[in-house]
Amino acid sequence: MNDLFGEAFIESFGRVPELLAEHIQLAFSALALGLVIALPLAVWAARSPVVARIALSFASLIQTIPALALLALFYPLLLVLNTLLGDIITPLGFLPSLLALILYALLPILRNAVTGLHAVDPALTEAADGIGMTSAQKLRLVEAPLAAPTIMAGIRTASVWTIGAATLSTTVGQPSLGDLIFAGLQTQNWSLVLAGCLSSAALAILVDTLLGMVEYGIAHRSRWRIWAGLGLLALGLLVALLPRGGGDDANTIVIGTKRFSEQYILARVVGQRLEEAGYAVEYREGLGSAVLFQAVANGDVDISVDYAGTIWTNEMDRTDRKPRDEMLEEITRWVDSEHGTLLVGALGFENTYAFAVRPEDAERLGLESLDDLARVSQQFTFGTDLEFLERPEWKAVKAAYPLRFKEKRAFEPTFMYRALSSGQADVISAFSSDGRVAAYNFVVLSDPEGAVPSYDAMLMLTGKRRADAKLVAALKPLIGAIPVEKMRAANYRVDRDEDKQSPSVAARWLRQELGL
Amino acid sequence: MNTDTAATARGPAIAYQGLAKYYGETTAVAPLDIDIAPGTLVALVGASGSGKSTLLKMTNRLIEPSQGGVQIGGEDITAQDAHTLRRAIGYVFQNIGLFPHMTIAQNIGIGPKLSGDGPLSAEAIDDLLTLVDLPTDFASRMPDQLSGGQQQRVGVARALAGKPGLMLMDEPFGALDPVTRELLAHEYRRLHDDMGLTTIMVTHDMAEALLIADRIWVMAGGRIAADATPGELLAGGCGPEAEELVAVPRGQAEKLVEARRAALANGQVAS
Repeated sequence: MNDLFGEAFIESFGRVPELLAEHIQLAFSALALGLVIALPLAVWAARSPVVARIALSFASLIQTIPALALLALFYPLLLVLNTLLGDIITPLGFLPSLLALILYALLPILRNAVTGLHAVDPALTEAADGIGMTSAQKLRLVEAPLAAPTIMAGIRTASVWTIGAATLSTTVGQPSLGDLIFAGLQTQNWSLVLAGCLSSAALAILVDTLLGMVEYGIAHRSRWRIWAGLGLLALGLLVALLPRGGGDDANTIVIGTKRFSEQYILARVVGQRLEEAGYAVEYREGLGSAVLFQAVANGDVDISVDYAGTIWTNEMDRTDRKPRDEMLEEITRWVDSEHGTLLVGALGFENTYAFAVRPEDAERLGLESLDDLARVSQQFTFGTDLEFLERPEWKAVKAAYPLRFKEKRAFEPTFMYRALSSGQADVISAFSSDGRVAAYNFVVLSDPEGAVPSYDAMLMLTGKRRADAKLVAALKPLIGAIPVEKMRAANYRVDRDEDKQSPSVAARWLRQELGL
Repeated sequence: MNTDTAATARGPAIAYQGLAKYYGETTAVAPLDIDIAPGTLVALVGASGSGKSTLLKMTNRLIEPSQGGVQIGGEDITAQDAHTLRRAIGYVFQNIGLFPHMTIAQNIGIGPKLSGDGPLSAEAIDDLLTLVDLPTDFASRMPDQLSGGQQQRVGVARALAGKPGLMLMDEPFGALDPVTRELLAHEYRRLHDDMGLTTIMVTHDMAEALLIADRIWVMAGGRIAADATPGELLAGGCGPEAEELVAVPRGQAEKLVEARRAALANGQVAS
């Protein structure tokens, strides 16, 4: 393990203030809008059993959807909406995160408010009616004050949930403390994970404590507690909203990445070069594959590294096979005409799906190709990353080779290599540029039928930046300049268990090696 | 109805005109035509489910009638909003319903505050507390610091704060201990006379009704089975429902007199 509480740890906390501010803005907006929706709904529900049943069932149903899935669902939904409305909303980043978190905040607020309003002694509502209160006066003077402690408890629960779930908004391109957690998980940089977790936990505890103070103040008629609690919360929000240094947004280049080490390293290679060329650079890390492509297409992200086969199969819906050069040419034309995105060029290496086995198995069973694997597949457990079994590449491989595995297991990419090495899996869908394939001496099986398409790494530039000649000039030297051996070595520096390097250090090493 | 005149003049007359309430097939109150003269204290007695609470609550529109109407002081009660009507009528009920998050003074002053007359002055609160025989330093206390009897005194003060001419009381002293109940019932009768109120009081205690009411309506099955003064009821001949209810306190009284006589004979009680 690297120095958990040393320099890396301090460096990890460097990004916390900026991400914390984003995190607070997101969670607070979701909570505020959740309140605006849930409280009137609760008042209605408290007066109508039918509304109560429908609203509470709906909110409970939402709660059974994992937060990650809820976030993911909003992306296609907003994409469709965007098409219908004509490009006025952004299906990525803040909006889908906000909507998902609002839905998540509804249940605790709604349930507690309905419970609180129902728990008001019927004698008090009869007294209120008998005295001649209107429905609104009854709510304001009797029901709301008496239900307030219960409602506040619901708001506290909602705030803790929302702050926790906001870490997941990283996956739809909204910066949050989750950026640290996701990046740290992928590169096994535990100090990053810890920085993200500790910050978000501390935020949740702090907000909960302040709201608890307000709750106590309401229950015990202590005005100073109510105002002190609310005041401190408002102050925190104000600080989060303050503009931070880092140049104006229009000139900041946003570099997006998917969720593995190679992406983090290449983003730093690009970013460091651009900084040296005088640009301000911001990283939007850990995006889903489809999300990242879309983000470049609509300009939320300026630069990304994507892979030929990914775009070919997932975005262009192609199932046919073409030679590398023709494929690149067609993709270049397609991203230009469909999205206005500039494909600057291929970086010079491929990161394709490579079926890897342990060297002793390869020797004992004579495994060289996928044909050989098909012979023994019934005794093999197949380990994959989380998405491979759903991808068109797997369908193509299955169609080309009669593979029947004993068992299939999905892992985080990081853990997949260990699973093969430790025997939890017998063959894995590895990545050909991953340094761990070589480090573990795994044997990569050949693909004689050509079932897996080419996965040239390609530099993508969003449409609105393509006219920036200085920018393009800073990117051009990278084209065709990175051989797969060097990429593997750089990846291994980040992925290895001993003496791990951060992506930015590995990026410097790679640039030095290649003179970039 | 004008609340200012109601406070100085005698309470209003009440007229029930064909008033009835049905819940599906069930008759809660059968069509009813009856008047109450200004300044009368009417007690509604009868078994549970005989319709006495329903009749009371239709008077201030806590329950809307199925048919017929009510006139208070010659004016139909549907002529104004239900909440405006209720602000001009005192309402006291068994569960008291003091607001636990408000002080005694705030509880008493809530009615005038609602109707936009502004909050009651400290003097007015003190007067009301004195009226119901509570110390004026109770004004700043919270309801849970008071005993049940004290709380219901506040309940009466709250009902009187809007200077109503008509008081509706739904088993107002039913939850109190017998000594406090007796005391409060007689004190209320004195207030009723002093302020010239019209009062309709639901009670399950026939003795209480016989001792403080001007008129007693014996209700059974949603009808008024007997409408008589306490004297007439005690004299008998008002029908079996009335007889049944009067028989209980009369029997108890006779037995008590008997028991006292026997105790005197044995020298156990000082004469």
